[in-house]
Amino acid sequence: MPEQLAFTIEVFLNGLMAGVLYALVALGFVLIYKASGIFNYAQGVMALFAALTLVGIMEGQVPFSHLINAILGTEVHHFGWHIPAFLAIVLTMVVMIVLAYCVQRFVFRYLVGQEPIILFMATIGLAYFLEGVGDLMWGSEIKTLDVGLPQGINVWIDEFTFNATGYGFFIDNLDIVASIVAAILVIGLVMFAQYTKQGRAMRAVADDHQAALSVGVSLNFIWILVWSLAGFVALVAGIMWGAKSGVQFSLSLIALKALPVLMLGGFTSIPGAIVGGLIIGVGEKLFEFLIGAPFLGGATENWFAYMLALVFLVFRPQGLFGEKIIERV
Amino acid sequence: MERDSVKDQADSYVTDDGRTIGPTVMEMKNITLRFGGVEAIKDISFDIREGEIRAIIGPNGAGKSSMLNVISGFYVPQEGEVWYKGARRPPMKPYQVAQQGIARTFQNIALFEGMSVLDNVMTGRLTQMKSGLLAQSLWKGKAEREEIENREIAEKVIDFLEIQAIRKTPVARLPYGLKKRVELARALAAEPTILLLDEPMAGMNVEEKEDMSRFILDVNDEFGTTIALIEHDMGVVMDLSDRVVVMDYGRKIGDGSPDEVRNNQEVIDAYLGMAHD
Repeated sequence: MPEQLAFTIEVFLNGLMAGVLYALVALGFVLIYKASGIFNYAQGVMALFAALTLVGIMEGQVPFSHLINAILGTEVHHFGWHIPAFLAIVLTMVVMIVLAYCVQRFVFRYLVGQEPIILFMATIGLAYFLEGVGDLMWGSEIKTLDVGLPQGINVWIDEFTFNATGYGFFIDNLDIVASIVAAILVIGLVMFAQYTKQGRAMRAVADDHQAALSVGVSLNFIWILVWSLAGFVALVAGIMWGAKSGVQFSLSLIALKALPVLMLGGFTSIPGAIVGGLIIGVGEKLFEFLIGAPFLGGATENWFAYMLALVFLVFRPQGLFGEKIIERV
Repeated sequence: MERDSVKDQADSYVTDDGRTIGPTVMEMKNITLRFGGVEAIKDISFDIREGEIRAIIGPNGAGKSSMLNVISGFYVPQEGEVWYKGARRPPMKPYQVAQQGIARTFQNIALFEGMSVLDNVMTGRLTQMKSGLLAQSLWKGKAEREEIENREIAEKVIDFLEIQAIRKTPVARLPYGLKKRVELARALAAEPTILLLDEPMAGMNVEEKEDMSRFILDVNDEFGTTIALIEHDMGVVMDLSDRVVVMDYGRKIGDGSPDEVRNNQEVIDAYLGMAHD
């Protein structure tokens, strides 16, 4: 196999894997947007917050330790225990559910029926608030997150492709795990929405608030449920990103990458989020490899996604899978 | 206006066509509803008896829909009391009212457009499904049995309203008349104590109106469902209902059997305009 082609295929596969991670973040956006019409700018920060909390709980860090020490003059930092990853993930999920409840109870309950732009502004506020609280609770240093996921090159694929084609492909184990987890997550979410009572109620609320009320669905409960689900997706995304590149505050910036993903896939489509994520992931890696690095001086990965989104906005503003907006006269 | 006190006091009576009308299931006492300075409903009282078809009629803007929204909890009146099943109902959210067994349809149709007809009817069963979030997610035992039971009831309603042919069709693709029927099916699937219909015949042609009338009578007859409906087309209502409340400018101007209402001078004036000389 010619080397150039082999490289291209490898870049393509790695792009797919990166796309899965974008899709994970985008998925959280879609969930909330569908059910409540809120574009949740804070989704990326929620992923960061979830990852920070997970690390904090696993390491037995004392929350707000800097604050406590500064006020009381004490020197507490650690509880002195280590909690196994699985238990820590469950505890973090509990924190995310409490967060979902608080967000609904203290913010969006008072904004029901407001303009979308006002709801959006509220989520920007929420993003900065959460970032601040995350910093205050767990400190701002970069942390490593190790929940025992396999990392590094997948030797089996490397050897297999080397024997078959004469070129060994480099695929990270973590990326493979992320893809499998994302697939399970999406199937789970779709099953939940299609076949359970709460899923049916969730779809009802997404479709028509008034009608949902008339069949006995509490909007408040459904919104808490949806924010909890988004929190869960954020936790999964946080684990994957955290394991890949450490838990740091720049993690919240990946939320911005989810924007072009959503413009491609459509704001209301779960499959759209997945496909959009994959296209962006593959697109930016291939573009960088084939055009960016050789001809444009590189670093095209930073802007390629946004350019693609702009092109989409011109030709297909509702995205690949979004609902077409038809206004009847 | 203070009509047939004999019937009002009796616990139940039998109509001419042989249906049994039970005691009062819902009573509105001196309801007043204001929007800012406008009084949409002024001091109105009436009752709904078990098993009857109760109509609220009146010209456009009379406050009929507001009244229905008060009953279903979408509006909370400033004054007055709502009594339901012999107890005073505290102010409630619409979903709580629905959980108490009051189902409704909307004048402008509020269906879940993205879902199939069957899914829409199944949402009507939501109030009857008791198993929790975890059981539902794990999809085992009780939750599974419950889903099957509810599905059976939904299918029965679909059969009854003759919409089997469009069970799997997304609602958005249906014509107006069928949408109205699907909405009725969804409300009926909840097996409600009281069924509220907001202008069930609005915007329909004669044939569709006849179909809808037949379904309303059949529902009442077959399931014994208490029905309260709003219409401004007097002709249809008179054939359908046992008792009629007439509203005009937010006031009650008549209450009684269709014949009594038809001969009420105030009602005639409201509908035909008053002669001023």
